Amino acid sequence: MKENQKTYWKGIEQLTNDSEFVKKNEGEFPEYLPVSDQDGNSNRRDFLKLMGFGIAAASLAACEAPVRKAIPYLNKPVDVDPSVPNYYASTYVNGGDAVSIVVKTREGRPIKVEGNKYSSIGQGGTNAQVEASVLSLYDKERLAGPSKDGAEADWETVDREITAQLNDIASKGGQIRIVSQSVLSPTTKRAVGEFAAKFPTTQHVTYDAASAYGISEAHRRSFGEAMIPSYDFSKAHTIVSVGADFLGTWISPIEFTKQYSKTRKINDHHREMSRHYQFESNLSLTGSNADYRTPIKPSQVGPLVVAMYNGIAAKAGQATVSGGAAVDHATEAINELWANRGKSLVVCGSNDPMVQVLINGINSMLGNYGTTLDANVPVHYRQGNDQAMSNLVKEMNSGSVSAVIFFNCNPAYDSAEGAALSASISKVGLTVSTSDRMDETASVVKYVAPDHHYLEQWNDAELREGHYSLVQPTISPIFKTRQAPESFLKWAGQDVEYYTYLQNNWRENFFGKQTDTSSFQTFWDKALYDGVFETGGSNRSLSLDTAAASAAATSIAQNYKVGAGGFELSLYQKIGLGDGSQANNPWLQEMSDPITKATWDNYLTMSIADANEMGITLKEGETQLVDLTVGGTTVKIPVLVQPGQANGTLGMAVGYGRTKAGRVGDNLGVDAYPMMTKLNGANVMDVFAGVSVTATGESYRIAQTQTHQTYMGRENVIQEATLSEYKEDAGAGRWHPKIYKEGKYIKPSKITLWKGHEYSNHHWAMTIDMNSCTGCSACTVACQAENNIPVVGKEEVLNRREMAWIRIDRYYSAANPAGSKKELENAAENPEVTFQPMMCQHCNNAPCETVCPVAATTHSSEGLNQMTYNRCIGTRYCANNCPYKVRRFNWFKYHDNTQFDMNSSMNNDLGKMVLNPDVTVRARGVMEKCTMCVQRIQAGKLTAKREGRRPVDGEISIACASACPSDAITFGDLNDTNSKISQMLQIEDKKDGEGATERVVNEERAYHVLEEINVNPNIWYMTKIRNKQKTEA
Amino acid sequence: MQVTSPVRKPLITGGKTVHDVTEDICRQVEAKPSKLWLMAFGISVVTLAIGFLAVAATLWEGIGMWGLNKTVGWAWDITNFVWWVGIGHAGTLISAVLLLFRQKWRMAINRASEAMTIFAVICAAMFPVLHMGRPWLGAYWALPLPNTFGSLWVNFNSPLLWDVFAISTYFSVSLVFWYLGLVPDFATIRDRATGIRKKIYGALSLGWDGAARTWSRYESVSLILAGLATPLVLSVHTIVSFDFATSVIPGWHTTIFPPYFVAGAIFSGFAMVLTLMIVTRQVFKLHDYITIEHIELMNIVIIVTGSIVGIAYITEFFIAWYSGVPAEQYAFFNRMQGPYWWAYWSMMTCNVISPQLFWSKKIRTSIAATFIISIIVNIGMWFERFVIIVTSLHRDYLPSSWAMFYPTVYDMGVYLFTFGLFFTAFFLFAKFFPVINMAEVKSIVKSSSEKTA
Repeated sequence: MKENQKTYWKGIEQLTNDSEFVKKNEGEFPEYLPVSDQDGNSNRRDFLKLMGFGIAAASLAACEAPVRKAIPYLNKPVDVDPSVPNYYASTYVNGGDAVSIVVKTREGRPIKVEGNKYSSIGQGGTNAQVEASVLSLYDKERLAGPSKDGAEADWETVDREITAQLNDIASKGGQIRIVSQSVLSPTTKRAVGEFAAKFPTTQHVTYDAASAYGISEAHRRSFGEAMIPSYDFSKAHTIVSVGADFLGTWISPIEFTKQYSKTRKINDHHREMSRHYQFESNLSLTGSNADYRTPIKPSQVGPLVVAMYNGIAAKAGQATVSGGAAVDHATEAINELWANRGKSLVVCGSNDPMVQVLINGINSMLGNYGTTLDANVPVHYRQGNDQAMSNLVKEMNSGSVSAVIFFNCNPAYDSAEGAALSASISKVGLTVSTSDRMDETASVVKYVAPDHHYLEQWNDAELREGHYSLVQPTISPIFKTRQAPESFLKWAGQDVEYYTYLQNNWRENFFGKQTDTSSFQTFWDKALYDGVFETGGSNRSLSLDTAAASAAATSIAQNYKVGAGGFELSLYQKIGLGDGSQANNPWLQEMSDPITKATWDNYLTMSIADANEMGITLKEGETQLVDLTVGGTTVKIPVLVQPGQANGTLGMAVGYGRTKAGRVGDNLGVDAYPMMTKLNGANVMDVFAGVSVTATGESYRIAQTQTHQTYMGRENVIQEATLSEYKEDAGAGRWHPKIYKEGKYIKPSKITLWKGHEYSNHHWAMTIDMNSCTGCSACTVACQAENNIPVVGKEEVLNRREMAWIRIDRYYSAANPAGSKKELENAAENPEVTFQPMMCQHCNNAPCETVCPVAATTHSSEGLNQMTYNRCIGTRYCANNCPYKVRRFNWFKYHDNTQFDMNSSMNNDLGKMVLNPDVTVRARGVMEKCTMCVQRIQAGKLTAKREGRRPVDGEISIACASACPSDAITFGDLNDTNSKISQMLQIEDKKDGEGATERVVNEERAYHVLEEINVNPNIWYMTKIRNKQKTEA
Repeated sequence: MQVTSPVRKPLITGGKTVHDVTEDICRQVEAKPSKLWLMAFGISVVTLAIGFLAVAATLWEGIGMWGLNKTVGWAWDITNFVWWVGIGHAGTLISAVLLLFRQKWRMAINRASEAMTIFAVICAAMFPVLHMGRPWLGAYWALPLPNTFGSLWVNFNSPLLWDVFAISTYFSVSLVFWYLGLVPDFATIRDRATGIRKKIYGALSLGWDGAARTWSRYESVSLILAGLATPLVLSVHTIVSFDFATSVIPGWHTTIFPPYFVAGAIFSGFAMVLTLMIVTRQVFKLHDYITIEHIELMNIVIIVTGSIVGIAYITEFFIAWYSGVPAEQYAFFNRMQGPYWWAYWSMMTCNVISPQLFWSKKIRTSIAATFIISIIVNIGMWFERFVIIVTSLHRDYLPSSWAMFYPTVYDMGVYLFTFGLFFTAFFLFAKFFPVINMAEVKSIVKSSSEKTA
């Protein structure tokens, strides 16, 4: 080939190597080209050329190329496929609350938390706080690394200095304290133990923001072992709760809701349900679900429990104790409890050990230990010792403590000793916090060694004895944080990776508890995959110390003075915000409280009678500020008039009034923790005396998402009956609208202009069992996380513009159900409560679809009402014409808008990581609403298609349904006759006379809200059934 | 030539000659702007500018600037829209329907009322555009334009789309009708003008030559357009009422709406014409052309339409009770006794009671009383739309969603903007266009003029 390399000459000059040619050929551009004219000036053509180039260059330069941060996927992480979610079993841990969960991650970032169905405790349920916790991971106000004296520091310095000081203190015999809320992790406890072994003067002080010390102390008194037994409401026919909000906030609400809901499920074949008596001061979530609810003052709790004890003791032939005062429904409760011995459960929310001693006695006499109560499987959620905490503060104040480490807790804010603790902290030499943010405690200590968020760490948790749940990281730590137990080990001189430490602990302590496999790796992998490892508790032989009861009765007689006059105060936790640790989470702040429907605030709940007396009304959120004086301290707080509130009592939520939570959570409401009192060594949430309220006349607006209390007697909205009626007629409480046509009264569905839709593939639908729904609102936060729903802030909630796609309508019974239209607006003093989850009803004859001028909302071939955001021009006609008012309009731009910086999931780069990439973030000016999680339906269909099969029932679940801890929401395909929903509704395809098939729902409890307007929704509601003797308010 | 019975009262007083008519009307156009006019025009422009701030804020920040919420999705925006459209009714009614019925008294007022129609419809049209979440797209997506989005097309089921057609048709026909009537008068001004004014009015008069053939064509086209416009008088507000009537919301879902809305529109349109004409008459000293006779006749139309509206209100109540539909019954109970009772009773007082005063001849021939009542009627008609829209929406089916609507300063600002727009346009018209149809008035000078000695 080489021979073929010919040289082609371009002209005779090249061939001859003409000297002039050679010279001119040297440059790239031959000089002799007429670039300029003779005298050297540019000519016109050059001007044009240069100008053309100049304009082109200038305009190109002006178009700034967008900077795209692309991460090359050259080395694809194993198991991470773009757009394919991964699920990891883990455990939600926040203080003493823990739930086994499954975390959904997309492209390596956790975006959604769901319950772990393998856990026998949570059984797949979640609550609002668990659902919202994923946003707390992406809180930009978490500390980015360790700090010293409030300034950034590096780990090396912090470790060096802390270790040096600890060694110094230990060598001098100085006292070291580790303060934490209940620690559920056995491995962490081991690490703390090793720390204590290294520094022998260490004591671990545990407290709980919501203390249940009274229960464990009572068990110590009654049975000799301080513990909290596990409860099983599912086995209880009669449930009596004295002030325990077990469905909302008490000990393990998700678990209890799951159990409770099992006793509230009824159908044609099973027409029995539990009966639930509630005696309480504030209208709690639990109380609102009770069949009989009696409002009592906190000071009546003790005497009531004594009376119940005596009632049961009399029947059991046991010794009674002195004192006691019964209240309405107490006698019936006692009789039924006795009739259902061993199938009943009495719980009490009081933290007074003496009251709990009597509760133990009652449950013991009823034979409930071993059935509805299991002392062999104590729970670990609340290990706090209130007395130890009081002692600690005394010690700190006396200067006898040299070092204190606040391990993931914020006692300066959320303990009863908060103020005293903050004041005495300067007397402690070494102060360390492992808090994730500069909270009230971390900001007064010297060193902050921030812990990982639970989604970033390896850990474990022992929820109950023998019930372990693993915490597995779903993202690498976002900040330079370090796991707290690893820090403890580090300071104790052990340089060990916590993952290894955890595995070793499991190898040594838990691997031996099972016999399934002899390979630790197999055991570990299985435990990690399942997320849980359950062995069961250990047998105890407990014997009741009956003498404790009379001592308790004496104490109660001293402490509970009924009718002392004046207001009593009952503090409580809100379903959303809980103890306030997640105060900087806007999803929880904006979650509408299930009972008061208020957001972004706490307030004083006051009974209707008391409010009338004080001349306070609540209308459209407009109320008054009052001066609340408790024990000499006065705070200004708005009043929320609360039906069901016991007269003479006030309710107030803790968790508010934070000053160092962050941008979102600061300065909302009033801090109620300082109002906690002590009784028999335990922190109690009730204040019996020294409470006064004076009106200030200043007006205030509480941001409520629902301002109307009753359902105005509208049977087309709420259909309910009592159990006795239901037993006789499965259609009890149902309302059948009829329309007059040509001499006959016919069903509304028989008159229509609509031609109907043909659903040849799927027909998605949903049922909502109003009897199971407790109103807990987990679904609303789940929906918010799943569907990128913006938070709009208090002002916009006041403007009635919250964006929630699913809401829980809460209706009170009217004071005078037979009254005029005006009278119907007033709620009863102690109302019956009905919860009705409300979201897009996916109407088959959708009024929204017809009115959209641009066809932006249309009907799918599978029964869904779809919203095309891109096409929407925002006339809001659809929302006006929606009889359920479930459509939400983007009044403003809620993302990337500094006015909405509280909407942290859309307004900073870190927060945006929580967004679900499958769901569009909606633009300003478009309408949105529930899509029935169409992205999940689509994903499920695609999976099935890829595998060449039909989607299996239960495979596709939607966010609200899967979050629901009471299984009130069932989603499925009506075209699949074997689906759970078809079975529930007893679907039957009937042929009518003209050969057309009509789908008939035979379940008599199922109804459409607003059936008479025949919009024919795909959402069915099941009547609410109350286990009452007769209809009464 | 039409023959008019001498028994009829004269339509033109003061013994005007044809030349007087030209002089009287052209004087306004040709003279320097009066101080009064400058002041009024200045106020209008300032109002327009202030209102524009609200419009700009709404466009920039979003509809959230208004007081609307999840329950009340329309309030002032659509109230104002319907109100302005209603006002826009009188023009066409006067010029088209009265032309067909050969009511000569219309001649003095048709020009101004047509102008009012045009401007009112422009103001009305602002709202459907401004109330959209994304007007920059909605302004053309609401039209059935061929597009590259595939099968994407407007939804012909939607009453909002019908509105688009109804309003645009009405506007186009009214505009052509109005302009056509102006042509001979522009020619008159042209013939009297010099310089640049001659050029401008020359262009505006489209080369009018005053030939008999031109006049003949002019009259034929007028009749044809009148024939075309007459059904529009009925259709526009009928279709606007469909926005509500075809919905499922109690208080909206009512078959009585089309006639009720049309009557209401004529009612408010006449009231607005009266308000404007009384002012114009005073300012431009047109007492001889717009006589008490005119005002009285218009007041009679107001009694009639006002009574129709009153009967419609009562009928709605009767039907709500008679239907046996609880939601419907509550909606009407809520109108009277709910939180917006004051809006309802304002409406009742202004629309039903106040026009009944015109049964008294003394009142209906009093300029001051007419002026006041005409304004009251317009306030009442605004409340009527507010009552229909807001009180129906704010408490519909599910009590959980019941909410209140409170207007913000931006709601008011946008309304103010349309006032500014309307009056700016109207004052410009009053100054530069002949406010009375000279050509038509001249045609009745001989037959209907007051005979003076």
